[in-house]
Amino acid sequence: MEPTDEQLVAVLRAGDEEAFRTIVRDWNGSMLRVAQIFVPTRALAEEVVSETWLRVLGALEKFEGRSSLKTWVFRILVNTAKTRAQREGRVIPFSALQDASRVPEAAVEPERFLPDDHPAHPGAWSAPPRALPEDELLAAETREQIAKAIDALPANQRAVISLRDIEGWTSEEVRNALDLSEVNQRVLLHRARARVRRALEEYLT
Amino acid sequence: MIDVEELSCQELVELVTDYLEGALDERHRQAFERHLDGCDGCTEYLAQLETTIRLTGMLTVDDLSQTAEDALMQAFRAWKRTS
Repeated sequence: MEPTDEQLVAVLRAGDEEAFRTIVRDWNGSMLRVAQIFVPTRALAEEVVSETWLRVLGALEKFEGRSSLKTWVFRILVNTAKTRAQREGRVIPFSALQDASRVPEAAVEPERFLPDDHPAHPGAWSAPPRALPEDELLAAETREQIAKAIDALPANQRAVISLRDIEGWTSEEVRNALDLSEVNQRVLLHRARARVRRALEEYLT
Repeated sequence: MIDVEELSCQELVELVTDYLEGALDERHRQAFERHLDGCDGCTEYLAQLETTIRLTGMLTVDDLSQTAEDALMQAFRAWKRTS
């Protein structure tokens, strides 16, 4: 059973090394992906994650449980990553996280639909997706393609799809940790999944 | 704007995430499902998206490098001594 936040904080405060090691390992993938929204390289992201844990330990006494431990840690992570990005002379796009709905991005290329002025069926598929070959879906190569497509996403989309679909976070957890509105969380997830599906379709058909 | 009564395929694909997240209001949800009922292309699209989500869920996350983990454990011990 997952320990509650209270239990987790208590064992950490008590100096339980194994508890610390477990949580550091469990959260590492998500933390790296979130850090990489702000800093350009994997190496810097690793430094940001380490620095975050040091800050978390330093502030653990002050954790009051008003948010979940995860939300609290990820808020510290985002701040640490932003500060680090500034120190590296990197301009954080005003909208690193919030840009979602301003620039439209089609889930499927418009050429695959009949034009808006089509007399009978505007917007209907002209090139509908074909069934994917079942036997190849579970091949390791297919998974590699998916991993590659996720790596190629813009960092904010990559962070959201990783947290939701790899780590299994709820939309609420993602919104809280990244301070995203409900709509932006959904738009980023929508675009990310659409791009990955497109890559999968291209690879398999 | 979207005519709810007559969703086109191009409109439907943009609503798929809202649909899966349970974020569509009742009218849109019904229109979505009505369209799916008669449309093989969109049914396949939705199936592919669900496959994508399932396969993404099978990916593993990056492991922490041993050096980074050792450094953190050392920091933890130091922190323990001082707190």
